[in-house]
Amino acid sequence: MTATDGDMASKGPSVGSARPGYVEDTARTEADVIFRAEGITKHFGAVVALSGVDLHLDRGEVLGLVGDNGAGKSTLVKILCGFLRPDRGRIFVEGKEVTFHTVQDARAQGIETVYQDLALVPQLTVYENLFLNREITGGGRMGVLSRRRMRGLAKEYLDNINVHIPNIDAEVELLSGGQRQAIAVARATRQDAKILLLDEPLAAMGAKESALIMDLVKDLSSRGVSMIVIDHNYAHLFALCDRLNVIQQGKVTLDRPVAETTIQELTDLMVSAFRKQLETGHLAAED
Amino acid sequence: MQKILLRRETAIFAVAVVLIVYFSLRNHNFYSYANIVTMVQYIAPIAVIGAGEVLVLVLAEIDLAAGQTFLISSWIAYLLWQDGLPVGVAIGLSLCCCLAIGAINGLITVLLNVPSFVTTLGVYFALLGLVLVYSGDNQADMPGVTGNFGQAFGISNWSEIGWAMAIVGVIWFVLKRTRFGLHVTATGGNILAAAESGIPTKRVKVWCFMILAVSAGFIGIIDSIRIGSLDPAAPGTAEMFLAVSAAVIGGTALTGGRGTVLGTIIGAVVLGVLEDGFILIGVSENAFILAEGVVILVAMAVNVQLNRMILRREK
Repeated sequence: MTATDGDMASKGPSVGSARPGYVEDTARTEADVIFRAEGITKHFGAVVALSGVDLHLDRGEVLGLVGDNGAGKSTLVKILCGFLRPDRGRIFVEGKEVTFHTVQDARAQGIETVYQDLALVPQLTVYENLFLNREITGGGRMGVLSRRRMRGLAKEYLDNINVHIPNIDAEVELLSGGQRQAIAVARATRQDAKILLLDEPLAAMGAKESALIMDLVKDLSSRGVSMIVIDHNYAHLFALCDRLNVIQQGKVTLDRPVAETTIQELTDLMVSAFRKQLETGHLAAED
Repeated sequence: MQKILLRRETAIFAVAVVLIVYFSLRNHNFYSYANIVTMVQYIAPIAVIGAGEVLVLVLAEIDLAAGQTFLISSWIAYLLWQDGLPVGVAIGLSLCCCLAIGAINGLITVLLNVPSFVTTLGVYFALLGLVLVYSGDNQADMPGVTGNFGQAFGISNWSEIGWAMAIVGVIWFVLKRTRFGLHVTATGGNILAAAESGIPTKRVKVWCFMILAVSAGFIGIIDSIRIGSLDPAAPGTAEMFLAVSAAVIGGTALTGGRGTVLGTIIGAVVLGVLEDGFILIGVSENAFILAEGVVILVAMAVNVQLNRMILRREK
């Protein structure tokens, strides 16, 4: 799953010194940083979604992304997981520069994603969704599905993480919002990911289901999985995250450990930015 | 029992049984050898093109050019044969052309973002024009294939339906049992989710158009070898609409994500039995077309209700 510490330590210093731009924390070496993005820029036509985002994720850390709707959080996640290509910018996994052409490329680096839209196919069953594009086949060039094995493994895994779906052969269309979310999270966590990207993993969930996913995330974190989490609920973020990044108008405007900030500070920051926009008429001009 | 009653193919199966019983009671020739041969030869191309359309319909696409592909394949084979190529080679090259037609349908649709309804409408007219230009609007005799080869490729009474069953079987297997088939359903059910999961949705779509085109082209060649002649004015359009009808009354949704090859076969049987039965009991072809329309409407209405019941039941 993750590379051994020794391996990383030996690589660390040389790689670190090769990147003089990275000086946010002198105590931190490249070996601690598992995932780093540099100057990520993305335009959609005339709309600037991201304008030079720099962020890093330490090994075993849970990083929260905060920002208004349209600030560019989801776009950023979609670039980090290989679904979108940035116009400019570089991405490093464990100090090595990578280029993702597809989601598969990112997965090969141990990056798994829970998308905001959950990426489930309503007409497929629970287990088919869990194995979507990672189907177990009987080998051979025809790609004949081993449904029995997929069903068995799906059941086993969902039981393991305490997600109870009554009928694993049911089409996802029939499940509740919370159950769907649980399946989406389960799909991403099943793979022994090194880095997990969660775009609003708790959005459609009731209190009980939220607690379940929170426990799952904490458990993964304690097992050393590094995570980036987007959530609009500050209480969730403060409970889950080690550090928070605020994204405003396509840029990271605040980078602070959770211990050194408060919900109040974040709220003030967001509100003042909003006021400024109103005053300068930016908001009206935007649409 | 309830499980069987609530299958998507059930409604159309019941219709097929009722029609078969009705026509066999009305006319004792219905079960004669000659009549059954006539019927299966009518059903075979509808079933093949219909099964291919299922792949495309599951993707929430449609191919209006499949009937024309069904016709042009024989013309291509015929013209190549006229140029001196052996029959086998001519047929092989013609099938390659069909693959290319499918690729064009698919590529224009996914790369230029043209709805497949429009893409294949354009290709439909283009193919129609090509046949008229190269045939000089004259009929022609299909190359005389003889011996075992000829028997296997259309001459024998059961050759066409045999090929049809094989092709439809393969398409069923691909859709239901393989990874590719699952990706087809995923792409049609939620294209964004499929893409986010890393499924190459564009490639999946192009392949489906190609599978449909080559299946239609192949059964078209078998069909004209059986008939022995080529007619530039043959009703490819009707063949395509019958195939789509078979898929739709069999329980395949136009909205994508759901499709049944088995239902399509039964749908093709219903259309075949209707046409044949009406002729047997002496009702005109025009009434058949009217009845076909009614059957499609009724079957669709039943399917929608059945679908709701299935979903409620599974809950």
